[in-house]
Amino acid sequence: MKAVVTVMMKPGVLDPQGKAIGRALHGLGFAAVGEVRAGKVIELELAETDPAKARAAAEDMARRLLANTVIESYRVSVEG
Amino acid sequence: MKAGVVLFPGINRDRDMVIALERAAGHAPRMVWHTETEISDLDIVVLPGGFSYGDYLRCGAMAAQSPVMRAVCEFAEKGGHILGVCNGFQILVEAGLLPGALLRNAGLRFISADCHLRVERADTAYTSRYQRGQVLRAPMAHGEGNYFADDVTLDRLEGDGLVAFRYVTPAGEVSLDANRNGSARSIAGIYSPNLRVLGLMPHPEDLVDPLMGGTDGKPLFDGLAAWAA
Repeated sequence: MKAVVTVMMKPGVLDPQGKAIGRALHGLGFAAVGEVRAGKVIELELAETDPAKARAAAEDMARRLLANTVIESYRVSVEG
Repeated sequence: MKAGVVLFPGINRDRDMVIALERAAGHAPRMVWHTETEISDLDIVVLPGGFSYGDYLRCGAMAAQSPVMRAVCEFAEKGGHILGVCNGFQILVEAGLLPGALLRNAGLRFISADCHLRVERADTAYTSRYQRGQVLRAPMAHGEGNYFADDVTLDRLEGDGLVAFRYVTPAGEVSLDANRNGSARSIAGIYSPNLRVLGLMPHPEDLVDPLMGGTDGKPLFDGLAAWAA
């Protein structure tokens, strides 16, 4: 099955990339855009059929490598 | 001084580091490949700058998981001296040997320029040949050097005297302009609580000979060699 790990900068951590994207969107005339934050999406193919185990494995991977929890938070979703 | 310079794929500042260590010690350091796990012959481990593993995922994240880093972490636990410069500093924080993280430069641009560093304490193996408060010039060359840690960690670093170097003006004053990458509290380098692990973003190894344009970085390596003698 597939697990998707979304990694985002924690609130309060400067995200200059998000800020630059926001400025560029304003430049394009999208005046309604407020704060923009940019992150990463990591898709994992897992040799696993139990969604709970797949989630636990992906969360372990996120904690140990995929996210740096000093500055980033992560969210795991599991797809069949 | 038995120094070892660790080589990860994508590291490119190892030769500068070797020159600086060799000048100070009188003999060449040992080169340590990233797959090695036996480093107990060394009395200082140096992680040089570059772009280990292409900076994939986060700067230093891949290198922090390599076989040699398990040995480096054990070396640290036993009280070994470890110097990480630039990407080496990023690897040390990713490996958890130093607190905090190095974010994208506040201005989003890669900065390749000289900066000035103030020596915050002169009683460590790295800074004994400097004076406290002395200002040295050092080249910086990085895109992710913006030091970040939460306020509790920053207060602890400052309270325990673990800030090694700060970005300052040539006159030695902390200012917004002198802190070009946006680092928290102008921090350019930090120590571990036992003062034996040092990570910093700028490159003292790039100013160790008049032909390089100066020798401001030489006392760091001379101090290390004297400490290990």
